[in-house]
Amino acid sequence: MLTLTSEIRTPLHDWRAGIKLGLLSIAIVTLFLLNSPILLSGAAGLTALLYFAFGTKFAAHGLRMLKPLRFFLGFILLWQIVLGDPVTGFAIVLRLATAVSLANLVTLSTRLDDLIDLVIWLASPARFVGLSPKPLALSIALVVRFVPVLLERANHMSDAFRARSTKRPTFYIILPLIISVLEDADHVALALRARGGLDGAFKP
Amino acid sequence: MQTKENDLVMIALFAALVAVLGLLPAIPMPWGIPVTAQSLGVMLAGAVLGAKRGGLSMLLFIGLVALGLPLLAGGRGGLGVFVSPTAGFVVGFPVAAFVTGLVMQSLRIDAMVSSGIASLIGGIVVLYAMGIGGFWMLTDKGLMASITIMATYIPGDLVKVVLTAIVIGALVKARPQSLLSRQ
Repeated sequence: MLTLTSEIRTPLHDWRAGIKLGLLSIAIVTLFLLNSPILLSGAAGLTALLYFAFGTKFAAHGLRMLKPLRFFLGFILLWQIVLGDPVTGFAIVLRLATAVSLANLVTLSTRLDDLIDLVIWLASPARFVGLSPKPLALSIALVVRFVPVLLERANHMSDAFRARSTKRPTFYIILPLIISVLEDADHVALALRARGGLDGAFKP
Repeated sequence: MQTKENDLVMIALFAALVAVLGLLPAIPMPWGIPVTAQSLGVMLAGAVLGAKRGGLSMLLFIGLVALGLPLLAGGRGGLGVFVSPTAGFVVGFPVAAFVTGLVMQSLRIDAMVSSGIASLIGGIVVLYAMGIGGFWMLTDKGLMASITIMATYIPGDLVKVVLTAIVIGALVKARPQSLLSRQ
């Protein structure tokens, strides 16, 4: 499945998505208000404890998700040390790493459909100004369906390219890929209309 | 004829295209964010769909990233992205696509040339301004540091501007009806 939700079940998986997001927002705002490296280390420690409370495997997964950040954070720290202000450097690194870990915790423990339901629910007040949340729900579903289709198409085109050339298929496949999926888009739009379209009623 | 359903499908399609372009073979960079064709997708979304649809399409894309789909280059995704040092770039996607589309719509010269100009302004000037702004906000005073890291991505992005112009030039010949920014 194309999501980041963790297979390792945690008690957090049973919490409501809205509550988790609300708590996360409060936590992140608090983190950005804190400046003392001691308080921030405390927050980082608590976050690490939270991950470990759900098992070492879960904590390792969480750590892996932080990996893309390591060079950026290292660079910031080094920069602040060069500027002669390592305390601020540590504070920035601790704050960012903790904020990202907490946000990842919500991502790891919440199913995609729960989050989509939450988005639809949040968008529902738009009904009063005449906007329906239906196009939003449909477009999310379309993207989730399109990504594997496009990926398969890109792979086919790479194969076809490799069969005819010794070069690597890099940007050569982008143009045919786009032209071919634009045709698909027309078919999908026609199929949507044939099934009642966005208004849910047949239009000639 | 351009119907509501066409618009919706095109918006979803370009959101998916940006995701797929992020998955194509990339040039790895030591600090974790590889050079990918992802920002090419942002430029194309604006140049093909126009300002409003292009912006909405990228809004949909970053919305799905926020919901936890690993659609960003290097398989990143989730809410953590929006508090990481590069958040400004991700938030900048819809703005960049919108501006690209706006420039594309207002220029009345050859589609290929205008898409080059549009993606240079939207996909490089606007996107980098947002990216550097975000880095600066999230890391207090790392501004100079961020500029030195980000400068390494500019040559790649200039190549993408040229690619956008080539794709638009071909599209205008092969499927002019799909170039919604010029309808």
